[in-house]
Amino acid sequence: MSNNNDTQDEPALATNRTADILVAIFFLVASAVVIYDSNRLGYGWRDGEGPAPGYFPFFVAVVMMGASLVNLARALLGTEKDAGDSFVSKVGFGRVLQVLIPTIVYVGLIQFLGIYVASAIFIIGFMLVFGREGVLTTFAVGLGVPIALYFMFEKWFLVPLPKGPLEALLGLS
Amino acid sequence: MEEINSLLQGFAVALTPYNLVLMLVGIVLGVIIGVLPGLGGANGVAILLPLTFSMSPTSAIIMLSCIYWGALFGGAITSILFNIPGEPWSVATTFDGHPMAQKGRADEALTAAFTSSFVGALVAVLLITFLAPLVARFALKFGPAEFFAVYFLTFASFIGMGKGSPFKVIASMCLGFALGAVGLDKVTGTLRMTFGHEELLNGFDFLIAVIGLFGIGEILSSMESGLKFSGSHATIRFDAVLRTWKTLLTYWATSIRSCIIGCWMGITPGGATPASFMSYGLAKKFSKNGHNFGKGEIEGVIAPETAAHAAGTSALLPMLTLGIPGSPTAAVLLGGLMIWGLQPGPLLFVEQKEFVWGLIASMYLGNVVGLIVVLTCVPLFSAILRVPFSIIAPVILVICAIGAFTVHNSMFDVWLMLGFGVMGYVFQKLDYPLPPLVLAIVLGDKAEEGFRQALLGSQGSLTIFWSNPLVASIMGLGAILLFWPLLSWIKERKAVPAMQAHGVVGGAGNSQDQIGRLAQLRQRNAELKQKLAAAMIEHDGLQATTIDQLEADNRTLEARLERYEMEIANSRKDRGN
Repeated sequence: MSNNNDTQDEPALATNRTADILVAIFFLVASAVVIYDSNRLGYGWRDGEGPAPGYFPFFVAVVMMGASLVNLARALLGTEKDAGDSFVSKVGFGRVLQVLIPTIVYVGLIQFLGIYVASAIFIIGFMLVFGREGVLTTFAVGLGVPIALYFMFEKWFLVPLPKGPLEALLGLS
Repeated sequence: MEEINSLLQGFAVALTPYNLVLMLVGIVLGVIIGVLPGLGGANGVAILLPLTFSMSPTSAIIMLSCIYWGALFGGAITSILFNIPGEPWSVATTFDGHPMAQKGRADEALTAAFTSSFVGALVAVLLITFLAPLVARFALKFGPAEFFAVYFLTFASFIGMGKGSPFKVIASMCLGFALGAVGLDKVTGTLRMTFGHEELLNGFDFLIAVIGLFGIGEILSSMESGLKFSGSHATIRFDAVLRTWKTLLTYWATSIRSCIIGCWMGITPGGATPASFMSYGLAKKFSKNGHNFGKGEIEGVIAPETAAHAAGTSALLPMLTLGIPGSPTAAVLLGGLMIWGLQPGPLLFVEQKEFVWGLIASMYLGNVVGLIVVLTCVPLFSAILRVPFSIIAPVILVICAIGAFTVHNSMFDVWLMLGFGVMGYVFQKLDYPLPPLVLAIVLGDKAEEGFRQALLGSQGSLTIFWSNPLVASIMGLGAILLFWPLLSWIKERKAVPAMQAHGVVGGAGNSQDQIGRLAQLRQRNAELKQKLAAAMIEHDGLQATTIDQLEADNRTLEARLERYEMEIANSRKDRGN
């Protein structure tokens, strides 16, 4: 799609070829893991049970390994389409990390602070760092969304979500 | 007509005030989901699924399926006004829809898109009304072998009709099967591939995979391209609607063709996205105005929208009758059925009449409600896209996290969602298709069960899969689709030497020196064209004596240039895909 046009001039961090090779290796490792465990479960015939539990995964993994070997070969030979094109530019990868790392931190925070407080911190932090909105808007969105979600899940639909020390303090949990 | 009777009863179920409100809520939510990047039909429904646990199954499916219709409608708004396809199936709508908007004909484009979507959906629902009961009755005779054959056909068609490398489709699909196999084996009760981790006891839930692969993955790629929205404003006036409806009637042939393509691609799991591209391509080929496609031709909006909506709707036919969803969103709805305690499959039509016909009736009503809502509320929905991405991104991520958590009330699932998100981002960029992966996670268990039960019945003899004409023909069809890429590759191979004999070099499998020679020739070709163009301008300039003549010349040249550019863009598109 046209999204790639504006990233074309930026220096590439990795080409599609490199990414294809890495993904093919990931698939091969996955196949190996499945084959290893299917071997433990048995992939033969068992009387009264039919095919052993490992039968289906085993053959699935064998096919996956075969297809991945072809993918790996095509990537190595550079016959995959657009092999030389940029998979991701340095700037683009930076932008991906800018959203990925805060999200990982956010999910980590949920365990300690509960989902509502963590969401408020995440939204406010994200908007303060990347957004150009005023502080007022930022706090309105950052506090409004979790509060709205609280009423929606806990009150209307009666689906409890993880809560933390703040809710305990307020006597809500 | 038994179907009409059942349908009328279905309307009685669907037409309660409560269900109508749910319908409206569903449509509005759906359009918002369709407009927002990072939320689509599949993951939108997946996130909202836990909210319906306390509702009755009929009301729940009415709301969720209306979200799906809404998302199908919503994709067109962003494509036409902003040139950003909100959903993959609306990519083809941008080709002509956005140029129309740039020329100030946004209201016509939007009306055409919504109306065509409505027509496509209506035809598909009619098909479901009359065909689904027959298919279900027929499928009651299916044994495990027949069911496995249908699963085989489903997955083979992903390989046969996929666009990219078939090996990537296979790898992606097998990964889905492998992920689906993790956890407790239902037949023997053994633990598979859990490696002592208790969290994996129940395996990987495909709802988590859907939220991660489609939701988080989409946010990551939107972020990477540094998404900026800039688009045209639009309100739809009533006279524009009437005017467009009149013109739409003249394109009845395109509509019918697109409906057929859409229904076919929806029932076989080709899906809405390829259906929209295929329909656009064929419309371009058959249309009198084919050369105008890409510059704002209304037919270029009608074709993909009709097909996408017909495919999206008819994807529910195999889900209802066989328990085999034709698209990721249909798969999520199927997951919903099982959570509400209904067993999808042919028995549904016998045991849950009220549910099935209520759903079918709601498809008619939902699409009417949807058409009215989108025609009247376009400015509202396009305002959503003016909300800065720095607000949308964190809020969507929060909603995804909550959606993933509520599936099993487990934090582990939220981490898993992040993992799937990164996977979705990488896979999408490398053309590893995601729908087969998702469907393999959903259907892996059942396909395996069918396979094992069939083999148990036949004492391990594989001949059970062609033991009667029915199972043999389904397996045969599957095999043809499975080997389709191989067949077309052989055909291409044979064609290349013939072309080379005529001095045409192209196609797959060129040797290195041919590629070099091709590059040389291309360069020479470009040089010659440049010189020719310069000469032409000089020649025309000398010949022309008056301002009028020169202006006319310039106009011809401009038109010629535009045509060339479009042809170049089109052939790039063909080659690129």
